[in-house]
Amino acid sequence: MSVSPGSAVADPPSGGSVPAGQPPRRPFWTRRRRDQLAGFAFITPQLLGSAVFVLLPIALVFRYSLYEWNVLAGDFTYTGGDNYTQLLDDANLPEVLKSTALFSVGLVVLNLSLALLLAVLLNQRLRGMTVFRTLFFSPVVVSLVAWTIVWGFLLQNNGGINGLLHTVGIDGPNWLRGEGTAMLSVIVVQVFKNVGLNMVLFLAALQGVPKELYEAARVDGAGAWVRFRSITLPLISPTILLTSVITIVGSLQVFAQIAVLTQGGPKLSTTVLVYYLYQQAFQFHHFGYGATLSILLLLIVLALTVLQWQMRKRWVFYES
Amino acid sequence: MSIRRGLATAAAAMSATLVLAACGGEGSEGDKGPVSLRMTVWTSNKPHLKLFNEIAAEYLAAHPEVKEITFDPLPFDSYSTALTTQMTGGNAPDLAWVFETDAVDFVSSGALVPLDDTLKQTSGYQYEDLIPSTTKLWTRDDKLYAYPFSTSPFGVFVNRDLLKQAGRQTPDELIKAGTWDWSTVLAEGAEVHRSTGKAGIVIRDFEYKEWSNAATFWGGWKAEPWSADGKTCTFNSTPMVDAMTTLHKGIFEDKAMPGPGETADFFTGDAAMTISQISRAALLDGAKFEWDLVPLPAGPAGDYSVIGQAGVGVVKRGGHTKEAKDFLAYFTNPENSAKLAAYFPPPRESQLTAENLAKTNPLLKNEQLDSVVVNGVKKGVVKPGHAGQAELAQRVRAGLDPLWTPNANVKGVLDDLCKNISPLLEK
Repeated sequence: MSVSPGSAVADPPSGGSVPAGQPPRRPFWTRRRRDQLAGFAFITPQLLGSAVFVLLPIALVFRYSLYEWNVLAGDFTYTGGDNYTQLLDDANLPEVLKSTALFSVGLVVLNLSLALLLAVLLNQRLRGMTVFRTLFFSPVVVSLVAWTIVWGFLLQNNGGINGLLHTVGIDGPNWLRGEGTAMLSVIVVQVFKNVGLNMVLFLAALQGVPKELYEAARVDGAGAWVRFRSITLPLISPTILLTSVITIVGSLQVFAQIAVLTQGGPKLSTTVLVYYLYQQAFQFHHFGYGATLSILLLLIVLALTVLQWQMRKRWVFYES
Repeated sequence: MSIRRGLATAAAAMSATLVLAACGGEGSEGDKGPVSLRMTVWTSNKPHLKLFNEIAAEYLAAHPEVKEITFDPLPFDSYSTALTTQMTGGNAPDLAWVFETDAVDFVSSGALVPLDDTLKQTSGYQYEDLIPSTTKLWTRDDKLYAYPFSTSPFGVFVNRDLLKQAGRQTPDELIKAGTWDWSTVLAEGAEVHRSTGKAGIVIRDFEYKEWSNAATFWGGWKAEPWSADGKTCTFNSTPMVDAMTTLHKGIFEDKAMPGPGETADFFTGDAAMTISQISRAALLDGAKFEWDLVPLPAGPAGDYSVIGQAGVGVVKRGGHTKEAKDFLAYFTNPENSAKLAAYFPPPRESQLTAENLAKTNPLLKNEQLDSVVVNGVKKGVVKPGHAGQAELAQRVRAGLDPLWTPNANVKGVLDDLCKNISPLLEK
């Protein structure tokens, strides 16, 4: 960049060097301006990246949502708000949004509570704990599609899970073909895949809780549950906020598991918004309507994140 | 780099992206110099690609205006999606294979260019040798939009060992006795499952999702998913309800077929019979059981046969339509069609004979080829397709889901299905 580090222009003018009678001239490159420039220089690459790969596509998606785009025929016609009218009239959309909400709520509740439970259990100073931590974390680094395909085999009617249930005398359901069990299966597969990441974050937070607080509470006669509720939970609440934001946003973007396990079925029971959007754009060739659905998704994610950010004041405890 | 220059570069990059996005998909018909052609295919089978490349090499030697021809395999499962995504992204191929189920969409949308003028004018092409029943699906307003390079009938592959083990008659005996029909086949399948624990009969690739493959079953009842003009749903017509009732009973009561979420692979010996296309015979190379290939069993409405088809067309937005049409005329001329017949049953009357097919299908006997392939191609009904196929297929899949449960009300489910898809059909 054009700032020369050796330049002395920003040095504060020394009193003796200013000729008498002339007001002291403030140099243009003050320290403040120089810092600002350096700051901008540092964020420019990232800013450019986001502009080209994030902001521009969002702007283009918005533009496409105003067009009817038939890929096969190569038509690209302006239709104004037609796609948005279609969005309001879409008979499948309530069902799709219901599936999406069910998936997100199920995933967030199961994932966070299991991650916290595992973190508390693995926060003990016992031999071999690192082995368990590694075990629970390992699915996070496994390829998502490979993980899902293996689960697809396990969940078949004559697959491993029902085989296991059969040995203890239980007739398992046809997991991926029942409307309720299909959604449950997709959620559980996703929870096991990613619970390790939240677990590690919780573990780090738990280890940051000062021990003397527990000791003081114990002296005051607080039981394990009270200590957990009144010391642990408030002190790790920033991490709970972080993990819940990440998990909710992630849950709204689930795609591969649905595509591999259920293709949105049975009926529309596992057709979440992202999968529906993919079907409309890439399978049914309604790219304009697909873009409209992605605007809806953007708004939902944005609204949920803002909501969580606002609500944090009520329950997140910051020490500083 | 100064900030001004940096910003200028960024602005240039952004406007270039905008321009690219705006013009994406436009071909460059005015290209000077030799062109490169690309054909998307869904086979990644080495012998197939080797043959294509040999034909292309011969063509290149005599055509300096084309410098390169590549065959670009896309995965079978997501082929149509990948192809249309390429077209959306401004990366349309010059030639593309098209599934029979997508035929209506591709032919009617204007995505492909008419071929008949080029093919008819190519010397030695023998256009009139093409069997009309094979070109019907790809023709609109008397113009041919894709060449039906593969017309592959469905037949029944049989594991004779497994049937004998279950103490049942083999299909060749049943055919001789005149009882090769669905009620016998379902009874045989049920008995195989009862006595050996293996699957009776599998409609391959159906899996309670790809319902168009069930046409190989309901064809025996002369049932159709919609009327010939495509406007009226006939899923709840009497023949279809009868067929589906029989199928439902076969699955859930007789257990002649593996149920939803159960898999059984015929080719590894896990099922007694499977309905599939003859191109699958290659999977039986080195099979550890005695097998046979027979025509589809008769239904209450008599004999029938079903064919799957694949066409190859020239994509308008690929840009080099003239060169691509010319290459296609070479690729499918009588001489090369005979070579391609090794893997893909040809649409040419003169080449579609059992003797001819036997030369390149060593695993199959003459009478198998004659009864299943030759007769199948000439009489067969193509698997169902419709405009807006992908969306329709998805709706039908969702609509049929309630049928694949033990206590389903068949007529009720099919009535609901028709209610659900009628708006799409009427479009």
